[in-house]
Amino acid sequence: MGKSGSGKSSMRSIIFSNYIARDTRRLGATIDIDLSHVKFLGNLTLNLWDCGGQEAFMENYLSQQRVHVFSNVGVLIYVFDIESRDVDRDMATYVSIISALCQFSPTAKIYVLIHKMDLSPPQAREQVFMERVRLVRQKTTEFVQSTGFTGEVDLTPFATSIWDQSLYKAWASIIHDLVPNLSVIESQLESLGILIEAEELLLFERTSFLVVSNWTSDEGQNNPTLDRQERISNILKHFKQSISRFTGTPRNAEQFLLMEHKCGGRFSIFCLKFTTNTYLMVILPPGEARFNSAKLNCQIARESFKFLDGPVAANAQGRD
Amino acid sequence: SDQQSSGSPAKGKPRLLLMGQRRSGKSSISSVVFHKLPPNETLFLESTARIQKDSMASFMDFQVWDFPGQIDIFENPTFDVDAMFGEIGALIWVIDAQDDYLEAVARLNMTILNLQRSYPNIKIEVFIHKVDGLSDDYKLDIQRDITIRIQDELSDYGFENAPVTFHLTSIYNHSIFEAFSKVIQKLIPRLGSLEAMLTNLCRTCRFEKAYLFDVLTKIYIATDNAPADMASYEICSDYIDVIIDITEVYGSWPRSRTHHESLEGAPWNQKLEDQVASNWAESCMVLSDGNRPIMLREVDKYLALVAIMKEDSYDKMPLVNMNVETVVQGLKEFFEITKPK
Ligand SMILES: Nc1nc2c(ncn2[C@@H]2O[C@H](COP(=O)(O)OP(=O)(O)OP(=O)(O)O)[C@@H](O)[C@H]2O)c(=O)[nH]1
Ligand SMILES: Nc1nc2c(ncn2[C@@H]2O[C@H](COP(=O)(O)OP(=O)(O)O)[C@@H](O)[C@H]2O)c(=O)[nH]1
Ligand SMILES: [Mg+2]
Repeated sequence: MGKSGSGKSSMRSIIFSNYIARDTRRLGATIDIDLSHVKFLGNLTLNLWDCGGQEAFMENYLSQQRVHVFSNVGVLIYVFDIESRDVDRDMATYVSIISALCQFSPTAKIYVLIHKMDLSPPQAREQVFMERVRLVRQKTTEFVQSTGFTGEVDLTPFATSIWDQSLYKAWASIIHDLVPNLSVIESQLESLGILIEAEELLLFERTSFLVVSNWTSDEGQNNPTLDRQERISNILKHFKQSISRFTGTPRNAEQFLLMEHKCGGRFSIFCLKFTTNTYLMVILPPGEARFNSAKLNCQIARESFKFLDGPVAANAQGRD
Repeated sequence: SDQQSSGSPAKGKPRLLLMGQRRSGKSSISSVVFHKLPPNETLFLESTARIQKDSMASFMDFQVWDFPGQIDIFENPTFDVDAMFGEIGALIWVIDAQDDYLEAVARLNMTILNLQRSYPNIKIEVFIHKVDGLSDDYKLDIQRDITIRIQDELSDYGFENAPVTFHLTSIYNHSIFEAFSKVIQKLIPRLGSLEAMLTNLCRTCRFEKAYLFDVLTKIYIATDNAPADMASYEICSDYIDVIIDITEVYGSWPRSRTHHESLEGAPWNQKLEDQVASNWAESCMVLSDGNRPIMLREVDKYLALVAIMKEDSYDKMPLVNMNVETVVQGLKEFFEITKPK
C-alpha cells in the first residue's frame, strides 16, 4: 500500500514480471486492488495485493472493505514516495492503515519502503532517508500510545529505488522470512560449499532472481562489498533482459543455462540452472581442476535439493 | 603541414571536441560514456562553466573536451583556435532533438563554415540527441530535416560533400556508445587489418560475430566483416557489464596468506598460479535455447574480445580458446606496432 504514484506497481512488475525500470513509465494507475498469485520456489504461493492508492480507493479500504482488506495479512509493504510534497497527509493516511492492520492482523510484519531515492541527490540520500524513517517511527509510536494497542508493531524500513539494487535488498529480505524449509536449505548449502571449497554460494529463485538463501565461507566473509547479493541479483536480472531482447524470447522465460567466468588468478565463478525453480551461483578460488570438479559436484547435488521444487510443505498461503 | 590539420591522429592524443547548445546533453554524454554515470543521475549535473578536459588513458590515449554551451570560440579572442583544432580527432556537435533545434543548426553551420576555411578535413559528427521517447518515424524526420538544413546551407557557400556524419543518440540506451564507436573507429590507424584479424577469427572458430571492445567505455573499436547489427552489439556490450560488475564484487579484495596456502595443500598440492590455466579472464555463457553462446576473452588491461558463437560451440571451448589465444597475440602485436611513439 501507499499513495498513488509512489511506485508500488512498478516494483511489483520489476521483481515478479521482469520489467526494466524504464518500462514502468507506461504503467497506469492501479484501479482498486490488483491481485496476483506468485509461485515461488514451486511450493510457496505469494498472494500479492497491489492496492491502488488513489484517495477514493484508500477511503474504501478503510471503510467498506476494511475486514476484507486487512484480515489475514502476513506482510504489509507500505511505500512512501520521497518526492511527496504533502508529508503530513501521507503520515495521516499511513496511520489509518496501520490502525486497521493492527485491528485485523495484529501479527503482520510491516515493511516501510522509502521509495524513489534516486530522485534525491546522492550525498543527501542517507540523511533524507533517516529523517523520513524517524518520522514514520514517531507516528507509529504515537499511534500505539494513543490507542493502547498491546501488540508490538514490528517495522522494518528500507531505502529503495527501481533504478538500482536497493529494490532487491528490500524484497529479498521480505521474501526471505516467508521461505519454507529455510534451515534445511541453509545446512545443505553449507555442506556443499565446504565440499567444493567455495567462497560463497548464492541460491536464486528463478523468475525474480532474488537470493533465497546463501552461504559464505570464513574467508569469504572478509569481502568488503556488503551489498553484493542484491548487486548480483540486479546484474543478472538486467542481463536476462538483454538476452530476451537478443533472442526474442519472452522476458519471463528462462534465459540461460550456464554462465562461467574465470578471472585469471583472482577467482572463478559459475552460475547454473540448478533445480526447476532455482539457479545456483558459486564463487570459487582460482584453479582449473577445482572449477571443473565443483561444477560436477553441483550437478550431482541437484538431487538433494529437489525438495525446493516439491509441492506445498508448509502452509504458506495463510500467512500472506 | 596539411597532414597535421587533416584530423588524422598523426601525433599526440587525438582530441574529441563536444560542442552544442546549453542543456543539449554534452556533459551527460561524457559522464555516461567516459565515467559510467548512470543515465538517470545526469539530472543532477550542473551547467558546465568552462571547458572540461578529460584525458582517457585507454588502448589509445585520447582527450575529450566538453565545451560550455554558449561560448562562441570564433568570436572569443581568448581561444587559440589553432591549438584547439590543430590536433583534433573529431568535432562532435550535440543537438537536442526534444527541443527547438533551429538555433543549434544555425550555430553548427557557422562553426562548420569557420572550420572549413582553415581545417577542411576535420570530421564533423552530429549527434541528434535525446531521441529516447521519440517514435522511429519522427526520429527519421528530424534527421532528414537537420541533414537538409545543413547541406543546403553549406552548398550555398560552395561546400559540397563536407565531411559531416549524423547519429541518432540517447544516453538511455546503447545508441550513444554505438555512435562513439563509429567516431573512434575513424581515428584508428590501419583499422582494416584489425578487422581482417577478427574476420579470420570468426571463420576459424565459426563465430557469428566478434567485437573488440574498449572495456572501460564499451566502445567497440573493431568488428569482423559480417554486417554489424545493434542486437549483437548490445548483448556483447551488456555481457561486458556483467563481467565487470562481478569482477568488482569478487575480484577487488585480497585473500589472506593463510587461505592462499590452504588452497595449495591437499588434494591439489600445487602452487595456486600453477592451478590456473590462463592468466587472462575467460568467460562464457550458454543461453537456454542452446544456440549462440557468448564468449569473452580479456586481451589486455583495456581491451576485451567478445563474440557470439554458433550452436554446439560450447563443447568445443578448449579448441576455441586456443584459436582465440592466437588472435589475441596478434592483436597485442598490432597495438604494439601502431602505438603512437
Ligand atoms: N531524455 C533524455 N534526457 C537527456 C539525455 N541526455 C541528457 N539529458 C538531460 O538533458 C539535461 C541537460 O543535460 P546536460 O548534460 O546538463 O546539458 P549540457 O549540454 O552539458 O549543458 P551546459 O553544459 O550546461 O550548457 C539533463 O537533465 C539530462 O538528464 C537523453 O539522452 N535523453
Ligand atoms: N524516478 C523514479 N521513478 C519511479 C520509481 N519508481 C516508480 N517510479 C515512477 O513513478 C510513477 C508511478 O509509479 P506506479 O508504480 O505506477 O505507482 P502506483 O500508483 O503506486 O502504482 C511511474 O512513472 C514510475 O516510473 C523510482 O524508484 N524512481
Ligand atoms: Mg499502481
